[in-house]
Amino acid sequence: MKSQGFQSLPWRFRGLSAAAVALYVYLYIPLIVLIAFSFNGGRMATIWEGFSLRWYAEVIQSDQFRAAAANSLIVASTSAFLATTLATLAALGFRGRPLRGQGMMVPFLSFPLVVPEIVTAVATLIFFISVGIPLGMIGLIAAHTVFCIPFAFITIKARMDTMDITLEQAANDLFANPRRTFFAVTLPLLWPAIFAGFILAFIVSLDDFVISLFLAGPSSTTLPIYMFGMMRLGVTPAVNAVSTILLVVSVLFVLTAAWMNKISPK
Amino acid sequence: MLIMVFVSLVERAPDGGVVWGRFTTVAYTQFFYEENLLGEMSFNSDYMQIYLRSILLAGFTVLATFVVGFPTAMYVAMQEPGRRALLIFFLSLPFWVNLLVRNYAWLLLLRANGLLDQALMGLWITSEPLNILYSNTAIAIGLTYSFLPLMVLPIYAAMEKFDFSLVEAAFDLGANRVQVLMHVIIPGVKGGIIAGCLLVFIPGLGSYVTPVLLGGSKSLMIGNLIEAQFAAARNWPFGAALAFVLLLMVVLAALLRALLLRHRQRVAP
Amino acid sequence: MIIALQLYLTEIRLSFLTVQAVSHQYAGTDVKVLNNVVLPIQENEFFTLLGPSGCGKTTLLRVLAGFEVPTQGKVLLDGQDIVRIPPWKRPVNTVFQNYALFPHLSILRNVTFGLKMRGMSRAARHKAAHDALALVRLEAFVDRMPSDLSGGQQQRVALARALACKPRLLLLDEPLSALDYKLRKEMQGELKRIQQETGTTFVFVTHDQEEALAMSDRIAVMQQGRLEQVGPPSDIYDRPATPFVAGFIGDSNLLPAEPGAGGRLYLSGGTDLGVPGAAEAQVMIRPEALKIDTDGPLSGVVNDLVYSGAATRFGVTLNDGSGTVQIQQPSASVSGISIGDLVSVAFDPNQLWVLDR
Repeated sequence: MKSQGFQSLPWRFRGLSAAAVALYVYLYIPLIVLIAFSFNGGRMATIWEGFSLRWYAEVIQSDQFRAAAANSLIVASTSAFLATTLATLAALGFRGRPLRGQGMMVPFLSFPLVVPEIVTAVATLIFFISVGIPLGMIGLIAAHTVFCIPFAFITIKARMDTMDITLEQAANDLFANPRRTFFAVTLPLLWPAIFAGFILAFIVSLDDFVISLFLAGPSSTTLPIYMFGMMRLGVTPAVNAVSTILLVVSVLFVLTAAWMNKISPK
Repeated sequence: MLIMVFVSLVERAPDGGVVWGRFTTVAYTQFFYEENLLGEMSFNSDYMQIYLRSILLAGFTVLATFVVGFPTAMYVAMQEPGRRALLIFFLSLPFWVNLLVRNYAWLLLLRANGLLDQALMGLWITSEPLNILYSNTAIAIGLTYSFLPLMVLPIYAAMEKFDFSLVEAAFDLGANRVQVLMHVIIPGVKGGIIAGCLLVFIPGLGSYVTPVLLGGSKSLMIGNLIEAQFAAARNWPFGAALAFVLLLMVVLAALLRALLLRHRQRVAP
Repeated sequence: MIIALQLYLTEIRLSFLTVQAVSHQYAGTDVKVLNNVVLPIQENEFFTLLGPSGCGKTTLLRVLAGFEVPTQGKVLLDGQDIVRIPPWKRPVNTVFQNYALFPHLSILRNVTFGLKMRGMSRAARHKAAHDALALVRLEAFVDRMPSDLSGGQQQRVALARALACKPRLLLLDEPLSALDYKLRKEMQGELKRIQQETGTTFVFVTHDQEEALAMSDRIAVMQQGRLEQVGPPSDIYDRPATPFVAGFIGDSNLLPAEPGAGGRLYLSGGTDLGVPGAAEAQVMIRPEALKIDTDGPLSGVVNDLVYSGAATRFGVTLNDGSGTVQIQQPSASVSGISIGDLVSVAFDPNQLWVLDR
């Protein structure tokens, strides 16, 4: 006898909605404040002096900002691309073989969650130095790719697991060999998830700070590192502006990824 | 596999500064204790203090996120499916915003004469600025804020799979709300709770951004300490050693969780 | 086995598809999913594989399609062993149980899929697709997407998709099992019609024996990987080769009988069955062949009664200890009889069928 689930309980646990609402407020207020004050006319980040876009102008015109942003974009797009490709191959490879590689995969996949970033950063740094990989863009891309793979993989694998196997059998039955089946059936169906995985990997790479801090050379400052420098120097609305830019970009991408995942031909 | 390579490399601490000499593990352990000893055989408590503070702060964060997050998880689980997805989405959205940005926002709020102070003074609750920033409290707030979704989501996931007819049965048998909560719901979603705790504790322990932005130089956590070794102090082996200790702690925590789960499996009918 | 051998020897030359001593077991298991199956299938025939779940009929179909390579045996198509030929190279097409329409392609593209893979020109493909869709009466849906269609319509599209390729052999894996009763009956007629119009050889898998009896030219009854009987529906129904077939097809009464005076068989109570027999046997008689009569050789007590409109079913426990029989009669002739009544039962020896014990 299946009950209606939690939906039948609200009247028993009153006060929860208040708690939940409070939580959502708590989550969003700091961000809203931050965004609001990026439009502050005055020099102080926390004392309102009227609406102005000057900080955005200042930020966008700054060479350092542009360089950092460019670096970030390059690293993020390259890492995301590599990570997504590898994740797709992995997902395809592990299909329908529950026994073989699964045990090995699980720790590999969960390590961004299980190991603190700083440990990974330290380990990667030492690894690179010892092997002779120069710190800089290439190292960054390599490291980012590695920790982005799990994010892309989970997205793609989730989609793949719900895909109907008989579709590929049907394609085979209709004279399509495995290669043609992949391009005509598997890939089109998997495509939204692959794209969503790419976007997710992109955001993760873009947002990364700790690992980048350790591995970036002087000429490969990424946007978060640049922001951190600014924050260290002082609190000005300019920092708010940069933060807001990054925030907006991240949110846009997340929304796109979510939307992509919803597009699923039945 | 890569992680194993990394770990083994972290283990191999070289002797001598930044130059790679011979690899010995003996030097490694010696180094660790050496740094912790002032002069001869007396304990340098500074580093221990930092580790302790980190553990406490991380632990507190776990508690705080649980207290705040559990009711919310329950609330969301009580909505109808369409709304649920939306709520969960909005819950996790802030998480995708850069960690720096999120902590910086709190920096703004908590600094002397920052917005929190302005609000409180404006409402005549306090007459002087509270110096919350650059303290353990600030770090705690920052950590809680940063990792809240990590606690809520696993609990929510566990609740979705939970069989609520048990709850109704309990009510039917006369239990009041508190009893139902303690004896039916919480044990039922224990897996999710443990997962959430772990997901918050581990990054919390190794957190760098939050303490560096909100903690100031008096309140260091492990993360800051490690970073310092690689940047300012140029003591790479020590930094590596610290990182390794952190890793061990993390592994310990994970093992604990595995044990707890397995015990649960055996107890379940 | 004997039957299989007989078929092998006499019919092998005529058939265009032969399943020759095919056995199959999955890697790592000992269980023979198919056990020495021999089937000659004629061209232009509606051939059905019938049996309960787990009997191996779907596995056999997969072998024919090319998705499984049997551990032993051959499948000869026009004399050539196709067992190792991959599905995309076989002139065989399948209609899947869950239809397996490509959700990202329109109906037209679904139906032309196989033809496109074969390299047919666009114009030719479209013509062939239209013809196939006309055959299943779905021409109007050409530009829709699969998700727009109902289950029954998707089914027909799946059929059209396979037929468009003009295969030498069309395999259907329980295609009607997901449809409701009325639709199923309708589709049974449609499938039969299409098979006859196109002249394609159909191999149809089902667990529904009514369906099999209604549609097939010949039926192969399977159980646990073995063939129990192969033959036209009337053979299967009236002259089942084994107790399993007798029990699986329709309802039947199986009564133990022994040889007695005059070389005939007798029931345990001593009733003369009127059929010759020299050994212990089981005698099968269908419920509709028994009659509650005023003057029959058997007698018993009615212990069950189910009225279903035109006919009524009785369960009668025979007094001679042979057991309980099911009797089905037109309701009009048996009104007034109720549970607990003592009745006499008559039968026609010509409608008895003798099975080995």
